[in-house]
Order: sequence, then structure tokens, then C-alpha cells
Amino acid sequence: MSEPILSVRGVTKRFDTLVAVDSVDLDVQRGEKLGIIGPNGSGKTTLINCITGVVRPEQGKIAFEGADISRLPTYQRARRGIARSFQIPRPFVGMSVLENLLVPLDYLESGTREITHARNLLTSVGLEPRAEDPAESLTHLELRKLELARALAASPRLLIADEVMAGLSEPEIDEVLKILFALNARGVTVIMIEHIMHAIMRFSKRLLCMETGRIIADGAPQEVGTNPEVRRVYFGK
Amino acid sequence: MRNIAFLAGSLIVLVVGALLPHAVSNAYVFYAGFVALQYVVISTGWNILGGYAGYVNFGGGAFVGLGMYAAVFLFKAIGAPLAVQMLGAAIAGGVLGLGMGYLTLRIQGVFFSIATLALTIVLNTVIVNWSYVGGARGVTVLAPQPTLFPSIVSYVFFAMLVLAVVSVAIARWIEKSWIGRGLAALRADEQAAECSGTPTLRLKLFAATISGALIASAGAPYPYYASYVEPASAFGLAIALNALAMPLIGGTRSWIGPLIGALLLSSLEQAATVTIPTEVNLLIVGLVLIGFVVAAPDGLLGLFERKPAKVRAP
Repeated sequence: MSEPILSVRGVTKRFDTLVAVDSVDLDVQRGEKLGIIGPNGSGKTTLINCITGVVRPEQGKIAFEGADISRLPTYQRARRGIARSFQIPRPFVGMSVLENLLVPLDYLESGTREITHARNLLTSVGLEPRAEDPAESLTHLELRKLELARALAASPRLLIADEVMAGLSEPEIDEVLKILFALNARGVTVIMIEHIMHAIMRFSKRLLCMETGRIIADGAPQEVGTNPEVRRVYFGK
Repeated sequence: MRNIAFLAGSLIVLVVGALLPHAVSNAYVFYAGFVALQYVVISTGWNILGGYAGYVNFGGGAFVGLGMYAAVFLFKAIGAPLAVQMLGAAIAGGVLGLGMGYLTLRIQGVFFSIATLALTIVLNTVIVNWSYVGGARGVTVLAPQPTLFPSIVSYVFFAMLVLAVVSVAIARWIEKSWIGRGLAALRADEQAAECSGTPTLRLKLFAATISGALIASAGAPYPYYASYVEPASAFGLAIALNALAMPLIGGTRSWIGPLIGALLLSSLEQAATVTIPTEVNLLIVGLVLIGFVVAAPDGLLGLFERKPAKVRAP
């Protein structure tokens, strides 16, 4: 097997007495479509926060493309090619939709026709007509798309999509899935956290289930879906 | 194109400002003009951290006072000329600003503002107990007669004009550049900005340093202007209030906002000074500020900005 793009070793994050992530080991291969499921509070988002550097784990190492990034600040991890979208959209209010995309382009891409690039991105997610509008005027679906577009702006090599489809209708879910599939086809590794089971089953080639900070199942989506432990976590005995 | 227009405008202002002392003999013009320009510098400098980055600094008085006393110190110690005093004040203000920038690591929002308020009290106490610069009694500064200008007041007026033009140019450059966009992004959401590759701490430190340097340098020509400085007024609350009132009144998102706010407030104050007792000044500022916060939270500029487009049906 080739070297994984992302390698998490023994990562533990505590909030006071609560162990949110409990010595997690995880390898993600280049170009993989990885899904992560698990009940609320199982540590999915905290794990993502550890990977992106938003929180610092007490223990463990995280390597991206072979280099240890455990001690790097968030913005430097972003510059290395890790992008994320937030569970609740966090647009840069007070800026236009286009300007929202110019922020990552300013800081990540080295000055190549920024505005054209940003407009192309908006076209690819279908937000071009809204380019000049203030970010706060977007609808829920549009905010999700903006969130994705902003994560994609800097041509990341790893995209972590944290519940990008929550609250969307079926056709909208299809739309977002199409964007993610297209992205993955271009070689971007995608980690998707999602509660919408049929979407994540369709998208992922590998599925993880987390519970109380640990990975309790890891394998092909069908296998994990029928895993007794996973069923117990979701449905009780 | 707009840059050329801005440059031309700045040059015209500077040339007119340089010629004015030789054409106008009424000293009041320069006394009032000095205050207006000082307000422009304070307001513009404050807005770089308070407006662009969204870190509300209640310590404007600390920086202005620091600038005044840096000038006094340099004047007493080495007889420094005005330009050196201003430079020294800018450096002192920049260092203090940088320190304040590190505060943002641990405290945000209203807690940051309260900490900056305490800064004024700390500096005030230091100066009160430092007899070299006059202590609580204050200090008299006798400025040497300027060579190129007919009077000392027209000289400091011109110095302040240069500083005002420089401040506005810096603020405008920051706003239009990638730095301004990064500051606006972290003002909206610091975490999301970091995840988009923005080095938020570095940007905040930069903004705090520039902001501090500009506000402090606005205090530097004051000892020459008033020929007397004492801590109670140097570190007064009025300056801190004005520093944040002016950008809020004008609008904090653009360099024009603080400029308009400063000119508006200084004219109002001048009008009040010549017609009613000076104590009423502060009352006017307070009332205007409350009025704007209620009626125009985005300042005068916000009133004229385009409204968000109506949300379309998905």
C-alpha cells in the first residue's frame, strides 16, 4: 500500500473529564472516499477539529502527506492542502459571495488570476448569479454551496465535509453529491461526515463508525451498516 | 485609476495645507484645524484594529497620552525636533499596540475591550509617578520658533495634516489589499478564516501595531500645540470615547467612514465650544453616538450602502 495522505496516531482530546476523542488511529489513502458516521457527541467533529488544528489534542500525532503537522497552526495546515467545511455554515458576513472566495485565494493560491478562478468556482457550484450579493443574503442551500466553494477555492488535496447535506432536500443532496464526486474524480481525497445514511452509503467506498470517541467499525459501507455493534449504537439492542 | 485620484487628492491637500499658513492670518483656523486633523488620525488609526478587525479598543486615550509623553520625553532628553518626536511616539505606540495585539490571543470581544480600558489607567499611573516628565503637576513645553512657518500653531497644524494624509493612505491601502480582506474575514469568523489559510494572529498583531502607532503619533504634536501637558487630560476618557465614536458614526468598513466621522464630530465640538460651555461637548458626543448606534448601526456610510438583495426562492 502506498503512503497514506493522512495518518492519525493515538490522538486523544479531552474536554475536562469528557474524553471526546480517545486514542484514535486512522489512515486515509490518497483519493479515498471515506465516510464517518456515529451518533451525536461521538467525537466526529472533534476529530476533524484535531486534524485541522482548530483544537489541540493532548496526545497523538497527525501526519499529512508524510510530514508531521501536529504542531502546526490551522492556517498552515490549510496551506498544505487540508480544507474543511463547517457543520453550521460560517460565511464571512459583511463581504460579498465573491469576496468570500477571494479570502482563501489571497492566502493560499499564489496570485494567479484570482477573480477569474473565483468566478469559475462559483459557476461550478451554481452560485455565479449571486457573486455580488452579500453573504448574509444567501439561502440555506446557497450557504452550504458557498461553504463548499470556499473550501475548494485553494485546490485542497484533502477535503473534510462536515455534514454539508444536513437540512437539504433530496434534489439538493444530489446536487452536493455530484460536486463531491466530481471533485474526487479529480484526485481530491474526501472525508465526509454525515447523518444522512443513503447519501453517505452512496458516496463512500469506506465507512467508519465512531462512538464515545472511538472507532468501533471500519470497512466497506455494507459491512459497517450490518455490523452488530453499529446497529446497537444506533438502534439499541 | 482610483489610486491616481487618491494620490492627486492627497497632494492637493498637502500643498494647500503648506500654503495656508502664509495666506491666512487668523490663528483660530489652525487651532481648530489641528484638533480636526488630530481627530482624523485618531479615528483612522483606531479603525484599523477596531473597525477592520473588529477588536474594539477602549484604550485610545492611553495611546494618545503615550504619544504626548513620548514627545515630551524626547524633547526634554535630547531636544528632539517635532518629526523625531512623532516618530518616537509612533514607535512607542506600535510597541504598546503589539502588546495589546497579543492580548487577543486569550481574550476576545467585550473582555478585550475592558482590558484595553485598564491600559489607560496603568499608563496614567506610571506618568503620575514619573517626575522627569512632570508627574501629576504636568509639564510645560516651550517649542522653538519654526523656520518655515509663521507661528508654532501653523507648524503643528501642518505636521498633523501630513500625519492625517499618511494615516488615511495607510488605512486605505490596508483596506484594499489582501490584508484588509483577511482582517474582514477574521472579524466575521476567526476560526473559519484560519481554516481558509488566513494567519489570524499575525494579521491581528499587524493591525494592532499600526493602529497603536498611528493613534500615538497623533498625540505627539500636542505638547508643542498646547505648550502644557498633564496626565489627567492626556489620559482622559474623552479621547477614548471620541476614538471609537468617530468611526462608528462614519462607518467602520471603509477608510472614508472614520474620516467623515472625525470631521463631523470635530466640527460639532468646535461649534459647541464657541457657543456653549465645553463640558457639554462630551454630552453631545455621547448623544450623537447613541443616536447612531440606534438609528444607523453601520454609520453614515451604511445608510447609503446597497441593501442586501432579497432572498430568492430556492
